[in-house]
Amino acid sequence: MTTALFAVAGAVAVAAAVMVVTSRRIVHAALWLVVTLGAVAGCFGALQAEFVALVQILVYVGAIVVLVLFALMLTKAPTNPLPTLTTGRSPFAAAIAVVLALLLGAGVVFAFGNQKIEPVPAGSANAIGTSIFQTWVLPFEILSVLLLAALIGAIALSQRKKED
Amino acid sequence: MPLVLPLLLAVVLFCLGVYGVLSRRNAITILMSLELMLNAVNLNLVAFDAWHLDGLATGQTLAVFVITVAAAEIGLGLAIVLLLFRGHGHVDADAARDLVEHEESAT
Repeated sequence: MTTALFAVAGAVAVAAAVMVVTSRRIVHAALWLVVTLGAVAGCFGALQAEFVALVQILVYVGAIVVLVLFALMLTKAPTNPLPTLTTGRSPFAAAIAVVLALLLGAGVVFAFGNQKIEPVPAGSANAIGTSIFQTWVLPFEILSVLLLAALIGAIALSQRKKED
Repeated sequence: MPLVLPLLLAVVLFCLGVYGVLSRRNAITILMSLELMLNAVNLNLVAFDAWHLDGLATGQTLAVFVITVAAAEIGLGLAIVLLLFRGHGHVDADAARDLVEHEESAT
């Protein structure tokens, strides 16, 4: 049951990801990114990681895609199809991606080809919260300092110079 | 569920992200492809967490941390893209070559 659910969500994620990297309209690519991230959240749900799935929807779909759409508006991104959105070196890029996929896929199948997982319900907010605030509390604090640094950096970057 | 199913899905998503980063021209679409690659890593972390089951939820915790780092990264990245747009009037990653080095001028 979970395998079928995971397969459906994974197929949707791959199809939408193909549209993200090949769409000729930038805004459509950003909206396909929503579908991809939602389908990956479904995959997390099928793996019984419900807290990660909810965080994925909250942070990625709720914050990051909205930020991307705002940036598209602020940079006056055209809404008509742009044939020049993909550069002329895309065949080489596709070749590199296919070779990398074959290498990584062969390695994964060779290393973990006959391993099975049976997801147990261990991904509730209670369990993850206990784990974060007991075992992983130092990385959590370092991460909050990183977020503060990113906030200050973004403000400093987007400040206009006084002399103009 | 076989473990290779999520791992192969992550491989496909990661390589689509690699293709997007290498072939796109607009800097914002490059950042979107980067998000695809980070999502593939998260899928790997959650899949290995469900396989290993160490009782500490290591993989899922690390996935939440990666999502946080991705939020910080996209915030800074979009600030840099907006700065590029303000200075040059475009967000074309191929045309932003202010730091290019010319052979003859490097005396």
